[in-house]
Amino acid sequence: MDEKLATKLGILADAAKYDVSCASSGAPKRKAGKNGLGATAPSGICHAFTPDGRCVSLLKILLTNYCLFDCAYCINRRSSNVPRARFSVEEVVRLTLEFYKRNYIEGLFLSSGIARSPDRTMEEMMRVAKTLRRVHGFHGYIHLKAIPEASPWLIEEAGRYADRLSINLELASGASLKTLAPEKNDRTITHAMGQMHERILEARDERRRFSPAGQSTQVIVGADDVKDAAIIRRSARLYGDYALKRVYYSAFSPIPEASVLLPAKAPPLRRENRLYQADWLMRFYGFSADEVADSGEDGMLALDVDPKLAWALKNRERFPVDVNLAEREMLLRVPGLGQRAVERILTSRRHRKLRLDDLARLTAGLKRALPFLVTPDHRPVSLIDRLDLRQRLAEPAQQMSLF
Amino acid sequence: MAGIRIDMKAGADFDGFRHALRVLVRDGVAPEDVVFAAEGAQDLFGAPVSGEAPPVALPRVVTRLIADVVCHRDHERYGLLYRLVWRVLKGERALLDVASDPLVYRLQRMQQEVRRDIHHMHGFLRFRRVALEEGEAEGFRAEEKERFVAYFEPKHFTLLAAAPFFTERFANMAWSILTPDGSLHWDGKELVEGPPARRDPAVAGDGFEDGWRTYYAATFNPARANPKLMAQHMPRRYWADMPEVAAIPELISSAPSRVREMIAREAAASPRRTPEKALQKMRDDRPKSLAELNAVIAASEPLVLGAMLGATRAVLGEGPTDAEIVFVGEQPGDQEDREGRPFVGPAGQLLDRALAEAGLDRRSLYLTNAVKHFKFEMRGKRRIHQKPSLSEVKHYRWWLMAELEFLSPRLVVALGGTAALALSGRQVSVTKMRGRQEFPPFAGFLTVHPSYLLRLPDAEAKAGAYRAFVDDLRQVRELAGERREAA
Repeated sequence: MDEKLATKLGILADAAKYDVSCASSGAPKRKAGKNGLGATAPSGICHAFTPDGRCVSLLKILLTNYCLFDCAYCINRRSSNVPRARFSVEEVVRLTLEFYKRNYIEGLFLSSGIARSPDRTMEEMMRVAKTLRRVHGFHGYIHLKAIPEASPWLIEEAGRYADRLSINLELASGASLKTLAPEKNDRTITHAMGQMHERILEARDERRRFSPAGQSTQVIVGADDVKDAAIIRRSARLYGDYALKRVYYSAFSPIPEASVLLPAKAPPLRRENRLYQADWLMRFYGFSADEVADSGEDGMLALDVDPKLAWALKNRERFPVDVNLAEREMLLRVPGLGQRAVERILTSRRHRKLRLDDLARLTAGLKRALPFLVTPDHRPVSLIDRLDLRQRLAEPAQQMSLF
Repeated sequence: MAGIRIDMKAGADFDGFRHALRVLVRDGVAPEDVVFAAEGAQDLFGAPVSGEAPPVALPRVVTRLIADVVCHRDHERYGLLYRLVWRVLKGERALLDVASDPLVYRLQRMQQEVRRDIHHMHGFLRFRRVALEEGEAEGFRAEEKERFVAYFEPKHFTLLAAAPFFTERFANMAWSILTPDGSLHWDGKELVEGPPARRDPAVAGDGFEDGWRTYYAATFNPARANPKLMAQHMPRRYWADMPEVAAIPELISSAPSRVREMIAREAAASPRRTPEKALQKMRDDRPKSLAELNAVIAASEPLVLGAMLGATRAVLGEGPTDAEIVFVGEQPGDQEDREGRPFVGPAGQLLDRALAEAGLDRRSLYLTNAVKHFKFEMRGKRRIHQKPSLSEVKHYRWWLMAELEFLSPRLVVALGGTAALALSGRQVSVTKMRGRQEFPPFAGFLTVHPSYLLRLPDAEAKAGAYRAFVDDLRQVRELAGERREAA
């Protein structure tokens, strides 16, 4: 690998890192035959973790960071002074294959600045995926960032080679998008999401290949003044309307070439974390968007407690619940009990009456769950009514500080 | 019964355990009366279990648990497993459902640890490329004459359990995985087990290893530094053989100053750029004429499935670009594909005749298809037409709509259901909806596809349907006339 290519790799990986998605999950199980390379692991694999604690699963790079757009939050906007570079299709293909053969990655996540034009850029990204699949028999994971401004037929073709397509919404409100990303348009983005959603459903019916791992998106948190409640409701609509696999939340993080439109400050990591928890509650714990959104104050999620605990503290009359009798729906709402713990409780209690020491083996979150649970040897009557319950259960506020 | 001691082979001795289990169950030996001597205890005397015993029927979850737990490094694993099996056989068939049972709890944790170790091996093992040895190159294609070697120290005896992952994804590479418990060698066809190995400092990484380190460092965001979380996900025990971790100390130590710098730095003015021209060009990038659009279509690959089988080309629309009426068919057929022109096969000839009878001149009309490629199935040497699927029609819809925008006709005629689907975006019944239609933004008309007339078996029905078709075309002519006058 020559020095020029290494320099480009440094620039174009740095430029791509603000896209938080790196998942390699959801692809159908497949493996290469004699003449190909690669396979997929349905639940995805992390090949490394960087010192920010985030998983490295895919080679996540931009095709180029030259960009005609001027989105204030983006390091690659046209008015930024970052060094620029551009890969050729062949260079990306080679990097992907060589990294893959050394077991560094599960595949490729390719995005790009809008250089020259949306169509030209989209076409080149598509060519990377097509070359990997057709010429090299590559069976690993490919995630392509779709460019909503590109001609629709290019997205149609990209979906045939990619495992996942995604379009970043970036800002949860159309108004913020207008101020901070003047070239973008909320309707263009959702329209393209709708197109991909329709195609994914049809392809599933017809048993053909079109972005089999679905589509995802990313929303930046903290670059504008949109409240958590609005973000959560927007996410719920995205999951509902376009059956997105994931909405990623990305705490706006200072970038080396900052825009005057945005404050330079440490990223709101805890807020980001709370949004992920809220997202989980909607997708796996049977909470409605409104229940989650209203668990906080003034449209913002609580920072001192997680949204599930916040909801429970606001709805104390529904607790405590009896571990040996309560239905799944209610057990899932008990703070401290995860999905798997609930499943284990449900299967175990068919055979045994569960006592506290049994529970301790079924969940790691027993301490938090105690005030909300009843077992034959535990009844938290006084605990649940305590005024200082929130303080007792809250995490210390400084826990997430940076260093 | 007096105590029985069973010697187990070092490592994950699945077969040995199964054999012992069958004999012990046959002889009704209770768990208290047996000791399994796993590695480290081999110097003690053992009473070999003798003879063959019949298989023991166990729930599948139990056998799955056994297969995982025998890989654990805990010396007590076989004894614990036998206690579990004993209880399952003594009436607690659903014991594994009771995750709160102390024995189940312990075994399921061991299982989880083994699975996690396998998962770590899949993720954190790193291959290095080495030169092929003499004779090894045989059977590999020229560009694949390379060999990869990895050294890995698993936490448990998981080498074999982890192997299928590597044989599946690196099937066409030659590779070896070396561990202190044993090694595996793959030559593209066969997996061979070898002796334990040690880390060989002579094996060095190549340029791509440096590239990987560069990538790793660049993809780290210093504003989110959280080394504790990293170590939790990527345990230190694996670091020694991961090339990228060399970058970690510097990344962590420089992170605070990098962030301070980013926050302190004033937003710098950008160099003078005048993007207006580029932005304008970007907006103009879509095809600006029918000819440009047709060039895009002609250069594209077929999006229909069958067409991948043989050589097909895009059959573009044909006719004057200022035509008042555009006819949209389903897709080109065999003959259209050969000649590269729409409506030249049998159905096209029938259409020509009907048009003439209705007083329409084909040369004044624009004829095109909803789907631009021939979708077919080979039957013997014949290419048999296949109806395009919903998603195929929609794939092509963008082109059709762009084509119509350039033509902006007074009237769009859909021949058959596929054309109507493409024009309206939804399923339309031709028999129910035949006649005037709206295909927004165009005024439209829906009638049958001429190939439908060809397929009718009964001569009388055929003649009737043909007359109705000609009548429809007359209406089309009148409708176009009305719209011309209205305009």
